[in-house]
Amino acid sequence: MKLSKTFDKALWVFHINSGSCNACDIEIVAAVTPRYDTERFGIKLVGSPRHADVLLFTGPVTTKMKDRVLRVYEQTPDPKVVLVTGNCADTTGVYFDSYAIEGPIDTLLPEDAHIIYVNGCPVRPENIINGVKEAWLYLEELRGDDK
Amino acid sequence: MNFVVSWIVKFVFVLVISLISIFLGLLYKGFDRKITAMMQSRIGPPLRQPFRDVKKLFMKETIVPDGAVPWLFNSAPIFALVASLVAFAYLPIGPFGPLMEGYGDLILLLYLLAIPAVAMAMGGLASGSPYATVGSQRELVLMISYEVPLAIAAVTLAYNYNSFSLATISSEPVWNTVGAMGILGFALILATLIAVMPGELSKVPFDQAEAETELAGGLFVEYSGRNLGIFYIAEVVKMIFVGALFIALFFPYNLSSWYSFGGPEVINGMLLGNLIADILFFLVKLLIIICVGVSVIRVAFARFQINKASYFYWVPMTVIGLLGTLLVVFENSGL
Repeated sequence: MKLSKTFDKALWVFHINSGSCNACDIEIVAAVTPRYDTERFGIKLVGSPRHADVLLFTGPVTTKMKDRVLRVYEQTPDPKVVLVTGNCADTTGVYFDSYAIEGPIDTLLPEDAHIIYVNGCPVRPENIINGVKEAWLYLEELRGDDK
Repeated sequence: MNFVVSWIVKFVFVLVISLISIFLGLLYKGFDRKITAMMQSRIGPPLRQPFRDVKKLFMKETIVPDGAVPWLFNSAPIFALVASLVAFAYLPIGPFGPLMEGYGDLILLLYLLAIPAVAMAMGGLASGSPYATVGSQRELVLMISYEVPLAIAAVTLAYNYNSFSLATISSEPVWNTVGAMGILGFALILATLIAVMPGELSKVPFDQAEAETELAGGLFVEYSGRNLGIFYIAEVVKMIFVGALFIALFFPYNLSSWYSFGGPEVINGMLLGNLIADILFFLVKLLIIICVGVSVIRVAFARFQINKASYFYWVPMTVIGLLGTLLVVFENSGL
């Protein structure tokens, strides 16, 4: 079926911790609590990558998590967007050049993966919601809407 | 010839009822989510959110995992949906009698109610994921648990009316057929059925089979795209089906029996005003039952452990149900 505008209004998010310090994860939980209530935009946390439209990665990819990150990416049905959350996931942050780190996520994922960067240490819930808005812009592009 | 025409008419009606029930199911799911959000002091998604979810799921890629049995994996959602839709043809809805009156009764409905759960377990086992296997086993354990109080309730109602026919049962409200002791008995039966409802629909206190936080989606863990969308629709249709069954068994009241709204005659000598009032009244009753049986319980309770959920149905609910049956039997035997 052709991608329509409805897709934007029902994004289901799968959250995977690829080796972060848990601060970003707590902020993600904050984003779904009543204060920010992302469910009013149709954004929902789901338990399985098979249900997801958006993959939320937090943390630099540790050696152990590398295969899992790639596998979860493969398991997610198309079309999908990757939200790289936090400075660690973007640039490996304070873990830069560590022996246990396989490098930032964008060097591992396939070339055609669409990645959106959400920065902050930890990220703020507002920033995560802003990241989802950028995912909408990408989906608009995918539909061929000229904006 | 008349025979053929009447069957074609029935066929068309079944199609129409199926479409209406899918629409209503998604709408009531929207109500459920909105009410839940309001109880948690959130704004919540708009009422049309479930429609968006389903539309989105149909747009997604549908993956059949390597370890799965494809034909079983793909047919399980269809079994679940068809069983829930067929059940509607045997149910009196608002002012209308059951469409397939005379072809099925309460026992058939109980079996049709069990098929979606079995289909879900089947699909989970066919998907070849350990999470889904655990989910399927939990679903089956839960099923054999809640079937006991459900069967007790069905048998009590049938005993009271001397009939398993839904048209007979819903022709007169159960509260008018018995005295004070019987009313107390049926109140107990109603309480057990309300406790069965979240288990039947795998909603929060009894959603061990799906349990997102521990089983990552349980039964549905490998389902994606279209298959997940069909399961989503089957689930919401089952939700309003159980609500409508409650109404048929315990609250078959119609506004038109108290006050006539007039208007021109339409079907079977029913007045237009009465017809509209009765349908609206039915929808309100459905909303109240879903609000009590699904939304409030979902917000108020946390998930049980599977063994405790099973115990809950096997011991306290069965005892309460049998107590209700006993009261009704005493009442009817004139002791």
